[in-house]
Amino acid sequence: MNSIQLATFSNHAIYAALFVFTIAFFAHAFEVAWSVKNVEGSDSTVLDFSKTERAGRIGTAMMILGFFIVTIAVATRGLSAHRVPWGNMYEFSITGAFTLCAAYLFSLSKWKLRWLGLPVSFFTLLTLGTAITVLYRPSEQLVPALKSPWLAVHVSAAIISGGVFLVANLVAATYLWMEVIEKKGERPVWAKKIPSLESLDQLSYRLIAFVFPLWTFAVIAGAIWAESAWGKYWSWDPKETWAFITWVAYAAYLHARVTVGWRGRRAAWLCIFAGSTFLFNYIYVNIWGTGLHTYSGL
Amino acid sequence: MDFIATMRWGWRQLTSMRTALILLILLGVAAIPGSLFPQRSQNPQKVDQYFVSDPTLAHWMDRFKLFNVYASPWFSAIYLLLFISLIGCVLPRTIEHLKAIGKKPPLTPKNLDRMEGFRVVEQGGDVALLHAKIWFKKNHFRIRVDENSISAEKGYGRETGNLLFHLSLVLILVGVALGSLFGSKGEAIVNVGERFVNTPTSYDTLSFGKFQGQGSLVPFELKVTNFVAKYNAATSMPEDYTLTASVSKPIGSISKSAIIKVNKPLTYGNTKIYLQANGYSPVVSIRDKSGAVTFHGPVIFLPQDANLSSIGAIKVPDMNPQIGFIASFLPTAKSSKTRGVFSSYPEVLNPELVISVWQGNLGLDSGNPQSVYELNTSHMKKIGLHALNLGDTYNFAVGSITFEGWKSWVNLQIVDDPGKMYALFGAIFAILGLLISLFTRQRRIWVKVGSRVEIAGLAKNGIPGLSEELDDLQRKVEQG
Repeated sequence: MNSIQLATFSNHAIYAALFVFTIAFFAHAFEVAWSVKNVEGSDSTVLDFSKTERAGRIGTAMMILGFFIVTIAVATRGLSAHRVPWGNMYEFSITGAFTLCAAYLFSLSKWKLRWLGLPVSFFTLLTLGTAITVLYRPSEQLVPALKSPWLAVHVSAAIISGGVFLVANLVAATYLWMEVIEKKGERPVWAKKIPSLESLDQLSYRLIAFVFPLWTFAVIAGAIWAESAWGKYWSWDPKETWAFITWVAYAAYLHARVTVGWRGRRAAWLCIFAGSTFLFNYIYVNIWGTGLHTYSGL
Repeated sequence: MDFIATMRWGWRQLTSMRTALILLILLGVAAIPGSLFPQRSQNPQKVDQYFVSDPTLAHWMDRFKLFNVYASPWFSAIYLLLFISLIGCVLPRTIEHLKAIGKKPPLTPKNLDRMEGFRVVEQGGDVALLHAKIWFKKNHFRIRVDENSISAEKGYGRETGNLLFHLSLVLILVGVALGSLFGSKGEAIVNVGERFVNTPTSYDTLSFGKFQGQGSLVPFELKVTNFVAKYNAATSMPEDYTLTASVSKPIGSISKSAIIKVNKPLTYGNTKIYLQANGYSPVVSIRDKSGAVTFHGPVIFLPQDANLSSIGAIKVPDMNPQIGFIASFLPTAKSSKTRGVFSSYPEVLNPELVISVWQGNLGLDSGNPQSVYELNTSHMKKIGLHALNLGDTYNFAVGSITFEGWKSWVNLQIVDDPGKMYALFGAIFAILGLLISLFTRQRRIWVKVGSRVEIAGLAKNGIPGLSEELDDLQRKVEQG
């Protein structure tokens, strides 16, 4: 296939992935909603997974299928331009969807996390949908400033960190939600499959402890690249500034947990705050910001 | 005495971990305004716009250094305090940690049943300690053997990594400080075919660190032999810039050919030469009424958009009265009814020079520094306007101008940063320390033999997996 055919193929793959993730979303939603059964002759409800287990499995299968299609879409996008597919915000977004799914599927293979499939498929749909409709740019060569081996190193580290930050945020948000519910009494039936507050708390911590060194590396790799492209390894460009703020926020989170002993609600809020500085950097600085990180279009 | 006591109290407060953390968060918060308001060091034009649109507000913002956040006293104060706090926090801990290297783990606590994973082993008896000792050795614990108990500890590397990380942060800050105190940074625009000699007078802008002398520039001479820019024909986006130069180092030695690209600066020790921007210099000849040449040569114009429409000024002080031109250079001129004449492509395919001719006093002797790219027309009057194609001559009242050709120019950025290697090593060690400290499991486990065999442990920092380890130890103690 030539470059144009590859780029078109990549676009079609994104549409196909949107379709598959939609099925995954509804399958997960069905699983949550239909496993709740009223006991005949009383007001209480019970969980009955005999009918919905299949829906859950379909959901996971569709997540895996969608993940593969997105992988192909990202790869062909890169092949079409003969470079790594991280040249503009459209490409960052589809790669971000890829890492979010990868982080989810990897966690799923280790822990019982299928309940997380609903928000993950939702955010994947949101990311891919915005990417293909609002952020889309035709596949092109890179501007000279981006032609560097550091593009692959710096951007991949940043995108993977972003995917894991987002998953950690979803887990922390679930923690807060479950805590509110548990305060009112026992968890309703549909929420019983979600892990205990303690394991949610632990999970978001472990995700961040795992990815914080990678984020540190992403920032440092960016500094090394900046030194060779712009002549200064740190120039307080808005993107650099916010990457630093995110780093400080997560460093504070880790200190709060390890040395001060924060757990539970306070830790979850701090985690969500740190994650939102990352999202702010991605959305605000890319779209409304100025500075050295803004290249052609988005 | 009170004074000393207060100082001590202050030092303890400053070097406490809580203060260090607060300062770290404060540094993050203090960095925010610099990303929301334009900064002088990055975007001086945008700062000027603030002063034009609302002078009073801009004046007040300037008073709080909001256009210079990262060089402001309040930002510096935070990071200097953080620096001191970090050293004060980490150094004593490092000394303590080094002292602890040869030490044995602390005594086994009296009541193990309050500890994590407490369990009583029914079998084992007298040989329990022996089996436990073998297990601890196999699993790399440091142990303290007492008469009827063993206290074992593992994960010494965690604190090592932790300290390495924080000391590396100090090293990064040292690197940053060295760079700003002993470095230099300058820019110079050079036409293709021209020479650049690395002395302070060759620069358009040049700034030195506080402790850096003028004579410290690396001696070299660079001639720009060629510059090629490639663009995407459909989108006008640049695809590649290649600068070829012949460089003599030291000045006067045999020159060597060198290539500079956007991501590939030329390096001499701590000094790097970057290709930062490029544009066009139209070449013109200006004659007076008698036909004598009063000006000849390329004039650097500044690009205004992605298609390199460029504007500039040509000043001819040697004519009487003086003559000046305000001109725009369009590399690929195109005209439309709505936009007038504009450039439709960044390469030179159909060059056009649009000029307005001014006569009067250029104001060069007024003592006020002038931009070479702008004409001060306050004491001049316009005497002509014309668009020239390549080779055209325009005759105005007191002379003529000929558009003879064009040259490319490149903007060289020359940076000397003696601190960056320290920052780089600091960064590498920081990641190393971080990995060690986050992935080392820190444990204490005790075995006590009395009327029964007791086992318990402590997972510092709540890293999971302790109960599995205790299970394994218990099996070993039970079965031998």
